[in-house]
Amino acid sequence: MSWIWFHKLGSPKWFYQWSSKWATAVFLIGLLATLIGVGWGLGFAPTDYQQGETYRIIYLHVPAAVLAESCYFSLGVAGFVYLVWQMKMAPIFIKSMAPIGAAMAAIALLSGAIWGKPTWGTWWVWDARLTSVLVLFILYMGIIALQNTLEDVTLANQAAAIVSVLGLINLPIIKYSVNWWNTLHQPASFSLTKKPTMPMDMWLPLLIAVIGFYCLVAGLAMWRMQSEILLRERRTQWVKEKVMNDGV
Amino acid sequence: MHAIRKKRLITIAVILFILSAALGLVMYALQQNINLFYSPTQIASGEAPVNTTIRAGGMVVVGSVHRNSDTLDVTFDVTDFKHNVRIQYRGILPDLFREGQGIVAQGKLMNNGIFRASQVLAKHDEKYMPPEVSDALKEAQKKTTTKPSTSDF
Repeated sequence: MSWIWFHKLGSPKWFYQWSSKWATAVFLIGLLATLIGVGWGLGFAPTDYQQGETYRIIYLHVPAAVLAESCYFSLGVAGFVYLVWQMKMAPIFIKSMAPIGAAMAAIALLSGAIWGKPTWGTWWVWDARLTSVLVLFILYMGIIALQNTLEDVTLANQAAAIVSVLGLINLPIIKYSVNWWNTLHQPASFSLTKKPTMPMDMWLPLLIAVIGFYCLVAGLAMWRMQSEILLRERRTQWVKEKVMNDGV
Repeated sequence: MHAIRKKRLITIAVILFILSAALGLVMYALQQNINLFYSPTQIASGEAPVNTTIRAGGMVVVGSVHRNSDTLDVTFDVTDFKHNVRIQYRGILPDLFREGQGIVAQGKLMNNGIFRASQVLAKHDEKYMPPEVSDALKEAQKKTTTKPSTSDF
């Protein structure tokens, strides 16, 4: 197998040019899919036999929760790549992605609480699922804080990468918390590998919303990475030329 | 792969493995503390402490809910299909509280084996369906009575 793509990915200049072509398209596809999925789910999907309309919050809650975990997984991989190969792009990715993942975790926690009050009868309970997602949110906050407070860039990169990798252990805990322990939170409603726990006209908008969230996050991450690349590479010839020509 | 990178990779893998193992053991040891509630079987076997604030969870037994007509007092049984626990509660129950639905109650187990709850939370399962489908399912169930599984709550 050729490793050229891997080395290309490690070049800020190459990534900047490649992502400039794709970021807007990916973001717009994400926006469209999110609007369709969430709009369909909130407005047109059938009501639930027990919860009535309250259940519709899953069209926001589930995509946000899925992305909160996926974003963290990508941070862990990037942290690993940085610690082993010292690839320049990895900390740029971590710095750009962490706030997005934190926002997703926050949306999942808040929407879950808003749903929990009418459904369970409480905003919050310290069960294994809720607590492990709160830990995920705090990990994101830790990574953001490390990246922004350490003056020494190399030290900040390393510290954030280490936390990203170690935090990976939390992901299986989140995923299996509802199976390993007694929790108030129900087992997963949405899975691509198992038989859906809901009929197609409820499941399909959810699937579209999840895909939409993935694309939205990818587009946002590319934009944030572009800014970060320009900032970090400001002394290189290609950035100077770009600024001279385009006046960014 | 370059020797230094290989060394770093192995170091990180080993650290991750050791940390995961340590965390796994800690969680295994603290299992009872991480569990949100005691099941009726655990209460029946005396695992749950008496006169201490704990949570008990299970499925509300169909036909076991008795409401006092003058007060907000209510008693019902919860089950895990092996043992039952009787729960007493005074207050307003959540909207999703109904027979055959999972609940988690916080309160104290008394010496007579009855659980006096100060808070009752409804547990929801991961299944969603439109009302028409649910009605159709109930019709079908009347014809063939199926045994409920413990994973339903």
